[in-house]
Amino acid sequence: MIPELGHFALALAVVFATAQAVLPLWGAARGDARLMAAAPALALGQLLALATAFAALIWSNVVSDFSVLNVVQNSQSLKPLLFKITGTWGNHEGSILLWCLILSLCGGAVAAFGGGLPSALRARVIGVLGATSAGFVLFALTESNPFLRVWPPPMEGQGMNPLLEDPGLAIHPPILYAGYVGFAIPFAFAVAALLEGRIDAAWGRWVRPWTLASWCFLTGGIALGSWWAYYDLGWGGYWFWDPTENASLLPWLTGTALLHSAIVVEKREALKLWTVLLAIATFSLSLSGTFMVRSGILNSVHSFANDPARGVFILALLALVIGSALLLFALRAPVMTATGLFAPLSREGALVLNNILLCSIAAVVFTGTTYPLFAELLAGAKISVGAPFFNATVLPLALPLFAAMSVGPVLSWKRAVLGPALLRLWWAALAALAVGLISSLHARLLPALAFAAAAWLVFGAAAEIIERVRLFRIPLADSLVRARSLPRAVFGSAIAHAGMGVTIAGIAGMSLAVHTIVALHPGQSTELAGYRWTLTDIHDAQGPNYVARVATILVSRDGRPVVTMTPSRRSYPLQQQSTTDTAIHTNLLFDLYAVLGEERDGAAVLRLHVNPLAPWIWLGGLVMALGGGVSLSDRRLRVGAPRRAPAAGLKPA
Amino acid sequence: MSGENLARRRLLLLAPLALASAAGAGFLVVLDRMKRGAYDPHTLANPLLGAPVPDFSLPAQPPATTGFDSAALRAAGGPVLVNFFASWCVPCEMEHPQLIALQRGGAQIWGIAYKDSSAAAAGLLSRNGNPYARLARDEPGRVAIDWGVYGVPETFLVDRTGIIRWHQAGPIMPETITETLQPLLRRYA
Repeated sequence: MIPELGHFALALAVVFATAQAVLPLWGAARGDARLMAAAPALALGQLLALATAFAALIWSNVVSDFSVLNVVQNSQSLKPLLFKITGTWGNHEGSILLWCLILSLCGGAVAAFGGGLPSALRARVIGVLGATSAGFVLFALTESNPFLRVWPPPMEGQGMNPLLEDPGLAIHPPILYAGYVGFAIPFAFAVAALLEGRIDAAWGRWVRPWTLASWCFLTGGIALGSWWAYYDLGWGGYWFWDPTENASLLPWLTGTALLHSAIVVEKREALKLWTVLLAIATFSLSLSGTFMVRSGILNSVHSFANDPARGVFILALLALVIGSALLLFALRAPVMTATGLFAPLSREGALVLNNILLCSIAAVVFTGTTYPLFAELLAGAKISVGAPFFNATVLPLALPLFAAMSVGPVLSWKRAVLGPALLRLWWAALAALAVGLISSLHARLLPALAFAAAAWLVFGAAAEIIERVRLFRIPLADSLVRARSLPRAVFGSAIAHAGMGVTIAGIAGMSLAVHTIVALHPGQSTELAGYRWTLTDIHDAQGPNYVARVATILVSRDGRPVVTMTPSRRSYPLQQQSTTDTAIHTNLLFDLYAVLGEERDGAAVLRLHVNPLAPWIWLGGLVMALGGGVSLSDRRLRVGAPRRAPAAGLKPA
Repeated sequence: MSGENLARRRLLLLAPLALASAAGAGFLVVLDRMKRGAYDPHTLANPLLGAPVPDFSLPAQPPATTGFDSAALRAAGGPVLVNFFASWCVPCEMEHPQLIALQRGGAQIWGIAYKDSSAAAAGLLSRNGNPYARLARDEPGRVAIDWGVYGVPETFLVDRTGIIRWHQAGPIMPETITETLQPLLRRYA
């Protein structure tokens, strides 16, 4: 009964989404206030229907309803409850439904918080979201229906991919999807602006909070995904330039560019068409990322299934959504007014540089990711593009970006003078130089440069705040008063820039990681990075739906025990798969990381790593997301707060 | 804005659409090839795909009394599956029933025992059955390097002209036979 309810709710969502696409857009075109006013209710209706469908699918998983095909294929009765719930979106059908739910949540959010928008703009934004949603919900209903029944129901399900039986998976996809799909809102704003034929400063202000919120989720989602790869895959790496990872990095790069160019639209009414194009491109990259992974067109560890038939449907949807947006852009943009020129050396000039560098990195990553595909297509050559390509091409673009990141915020709008601006950063530059010189004693050139860049970003962000509150130059109390009156967005951007620095420090630290592979009999030990690792014991253990082989490793330093680590290897009989369960001990400065491999003649093969600064990589990501959150809490950015009025007289942020 | 200027602007702003369309068309072609089985993103790149089998000559692996060389392989006159295996390899045990099934289905499988003692490999075959039409052994593993083998089991499909058409690292599973090998064996028959 419940699955049928879910199925019906899914069908209802298609109806709501179609109505949400047609009525408000038609109303906005005709100037019909009643049709436009229907938009929020329709968006909320779609949200309610999809939430019901999703809840029905979760329920089917929780009670292990093996008459539902999707549950049979991806669940088993012995699975712990948490994984029954998270398993709902750990498969193709469920993840597409989650994707649709979040998209309808976007429509619902604009409906609920978009009260301050002009009614025509709001109707168009909700209408565009509805049109996008309609296609994907229709896809979920027809091509990837999670509510299909199976008769007779089997006694037991086939279980889920053990790699995905992990608490990290509970939160990672929803957060990542919220980031991906959230960019549908800036996209809808861009298309609505093209339909209206008007982009102004107010438009920039409306787009920014939505972009910022999606960006925070995407940043958090990427950080979590990288962390998951680090501890769950057990390869000791954190970023593999895997197509799936690149698919999430691409919208992050263009989304970051969008975040910054929207500021220029808001403050200077420049870069308007570029910003619209970025908004379209960012969501398009999110969509094609989903497409590339879900259709299995790119070789990746993350893809669920190879299904070209589904791929064709999604490709047609993408062509419709992206194609019509870009067609509208090609038709409408040429007649929209070209915008003013400005001095290259200014805040907006720095933001343009940011955009150029970020988009160049995105172009390079896109080329590298799709090159094997198109090399095969055009030249019939089988090529794989790996980390060496990306490292060699992304780094030269990233270094100038990092260099400019601290300078940009201290430049003034319209026309800046470099000398005084750099003077404010002298001590940050000095600190970066010192860090670079000290680390060059212990590391090769590139890590040393990266450490210097990290210090430059963290201290540069601090310098900006210190400069603004005139710390140490006026009495402390006055500085505090100044700090309190500073817009939160200033703190937000400083925190986010510093977070980038923390991540870079982590990445640089990881390049100094050491590891060893040893075969040890119980009682034997080995040395790595000043630690003595002793294999004390190896035994069997029984889990709820797996059997495990657990090694006990005593790690000591100078004869004093540091920690006991228990890496294990799990074997899932139902899925005939085994996974490694990495043991990680961290003190935030470095990670001790142990993986249990095969056993031969009573000896266990152990892979041991010492990873300096590893936790900083994800910590930095969280700091970046936090900075976005702080910025989002700025009164002036609060959703719905701004009115379409001249933005003159406001302090630059 | 002059007319010529506007036209240039139009063309420029049409570029994103053109770019996206080209990418979309590319994806469509690749998807179509995937559907026909002509493209699988998960196959590992082996430089020998589409190339003739490398020159080699290997001694016999009991129970066979003669080994084989590249000339014999090229002269076999039909699609041959060349399978690298070893008695010490667990996935090979998993793969064995599928090889037997393939042989019963009429496929010609030539086996190369990789880095294995002659007695141990012969023991495996007497225990589990012998699916191989011909058997050779590569105890030093040098020929395997020429073939680009990075682990056992690894299987290559050689067509009647001696060209390597397909390659899989890892065990052949029942679905590999139905989804991949049967169509390929028919195509190169």
